[in-house]
Order: sequence, then structure tokens, then C-alpha cells
Amino acid sequence: MNLWQGVLIIFGMFAVTFGVRFVLFARADKVVMPAYIEKALKFVPVAVLTAIITPMALMPDSKLDLTLTNPWLLGSLAAFVVGIWRQQQLLTILVGVLVFFVAKYGFSL
Amino acid sequence: MNTLQHMRRGSVASIPMIIGGIPFGLLFGSLASSYGLSPWFAIAMSAFVFAGSAQFVALGLIALQAPIWVIVSTTFIVNLRHLLYAADMVKFVKHLPMSMRIIMGFGLIDETYAAVRPMYEVGSANEKNGHKVYIGSFLSFYVMWNMTTILGVLSGELIPGMSEWGLEFAMVATFIGIITPYLKHKAFWLCLLSAGASSIILFDLPNNLGLLVSAIIGVVMGFVSDSSSKTVSEIDDSMQEASK
Repeated sequence: MNLWQGVLIIFGMFAVTFGVRFVLFARADKVVMPAYIEKALKFVPVAVLTAIITPMALMPDSKLDLTLTNPWLLGSLAAFVVGIWRQQQLLTILVGVLVFFVAKYGFSL
Repeated sequence: MNTLQHMRRGSVASIPMIIGGIPFGLLFGSLASSYGLSPWFAIAMSAFVFAGSAQFVALGLIALQAPIWVIVSTTFIVNLRHLLYAADMVKFVKHLPMSMRIIMGFGLIDETYAAVRPMYEVGSANEKNGHKVYIGSFLSFYVMWNMTTILGVLSGELIPGMSEWGLEFAMVATFIGIITPYLKHKAFWLCLLSAGASSIILFDLPNNLGLLVSAIIGVVMGFVSDSSSKTVSEIDDSMQEASK
């Protein structure tokens, strides 16, 4: 890779990444989202965040591992239960991380 | 509260995910130098592109000597999910000046959306201060990502095997903490279950397409099952009550 190719790669990657993120913001003062779109967008946080973390929790080595020796699964379950039960984000994170690290390092001692 | 205090709230809400991101910045920098790429290339990519997973995919493609158009179009597909975030954020940025919207667009990453979007939901971010909270979160991630890239380039992985520690579980736990307050209505449960199941079934699709398709399936399933718009606004109200 020479200098020009490097510059082109970075410029191209910048252009498409920024483009995707900015295109709707650029006309944000003019676009009016139809009510049904707004209704659907309510589900974006849950849908995207779930789609990001489910494979991390259930497929830590790129294959399905639903056993109790999977620290990712245990930590996620613990966080999920605490999150539903107490609705406190910090507590959810702390319990999840604690269970994860105990399962990951405690079991191997 | 003044501007700095609002920015600080954004940074604080991002702390667990920043910790989770540190090994990845180090790994990105060290991987780039182990592929024999110029230090400036890796540093410039983190500074201008600022897109974690797309940058790793690009490194892999460069190692395979893929043509530039393949690298750029793959980046586009990997980052397409950000369009969903932007669509959801439009209502919170439309009153802001163009310069502010440009900065916020540049910084629209998974983590900042995840940290700041729920704050609008519960009322701790609003029209007047939300962008300040957002910028605080964005800058924290931006500084972390660029510092760790530079450190990774300069000194390899610094602490060997750090990316094996599982620090990114902090991100998983944070996302769970963000998701669970929504689960008060069956439409959100259906959204969660369909997006989660799809992401496993579609795991083998290339270029994060499984993630993108699963997210869309989740949104559509939630939307379809949420037959009356009233129920969702009731959830908003109850979330605002809960946060008071």
C-alpha cells in the first residue's frame, strides 16, 4: 500500500461512515418523520443493542454455548435479572460484571 | 447546570463502555503495526473514520490486499446501522445549528447513542442540554479511541493478552442495563426476542449484515405487535415517573 492508496482508503471510509451518520441530520430541520416511522423508531435501541450483544453472550467463541460454564452467558443472565428486577443501571452493570469475572476467573482456580 | 456539567454527565454515563473499549483501541493499533502498516495510517483512521468494528474489518481486508472499493463499500455496510440511530435522533437535533449537527453526526457511534438516547427518554437530557451531554460522551470515546490507537501502534499490545481479559463484557452489561427498563410492554419483549434470535441465526452473514438485518427484524416485530400507539406513550410516562 502506498501513500496515495492509504489516503484514498481513509478518505473513502470517512466519507461513507460520516455520510451514513450525517445524512439525516443534515436535513433534520426540514424532515418530518411520519408518525408510524416514529412509532417504529421507538424500538431501535432495544433491537440494535440486543442484536449486538446476543452473539457476544451466547456465542463467545463464534459457536453457540448455552452451558453454565460460559461466563458471558452467566454474566448476561445476572445483569438481565437484576435489570428487570431493580431497574438501576449501575447496579445492573456491577452485578453483571462481577458475575462474569467470578465465572471467568473463579472457575479456573 | 452549566455546559461542562452536562458534558460531564455524558462522560460519566459512558465510563463502563470506555473501559470496555480500551483493549480494542490497543488491539487495533497493535494489529495495524503487526500488518506492517504505517503508524500514521492507523492513527489517521481512528481520527477521521472513528468506527471501531469497521476499522477492524478494513484492516482484515487490507491484509488480504482487497481493492479500495471493496474496503469502502464494506465499511458502508458495516456502518449502515447508524442510519437507524440517526433516524431516531432527528427529533432531538432538528433545532440545533448545522455546525453542531455535523459534530454530532461525526460522533454517532453505538456507545454514545446507547449512553445518551435513554437519557432523553427519562428526561435527564432535553432540547436545551441533550447535545452537551452527547458531546461529552462523544469526546470521551474519541479521546479514548485515539489515545489507545496511538499507544497500541507505539508499543504493541502493551499488556499482552489484554484483549482476552473480557473487559468488553462491560459493554454487554451496560447495554443490558439500557435495554431492561424498556421491557414493560410485550411489544418490547417481542422486539428483544426476535432481534436476539435473528442475530444468532444470521451470525454467519458477512460484514455485520446479520446485525443489521436482526435489528430491522426487531424493530418491525416490535412495531407490528404494538397495535395501539397509546401503550407506548404510556410506557414513556411510566419511565419518566420511575426516573423521578
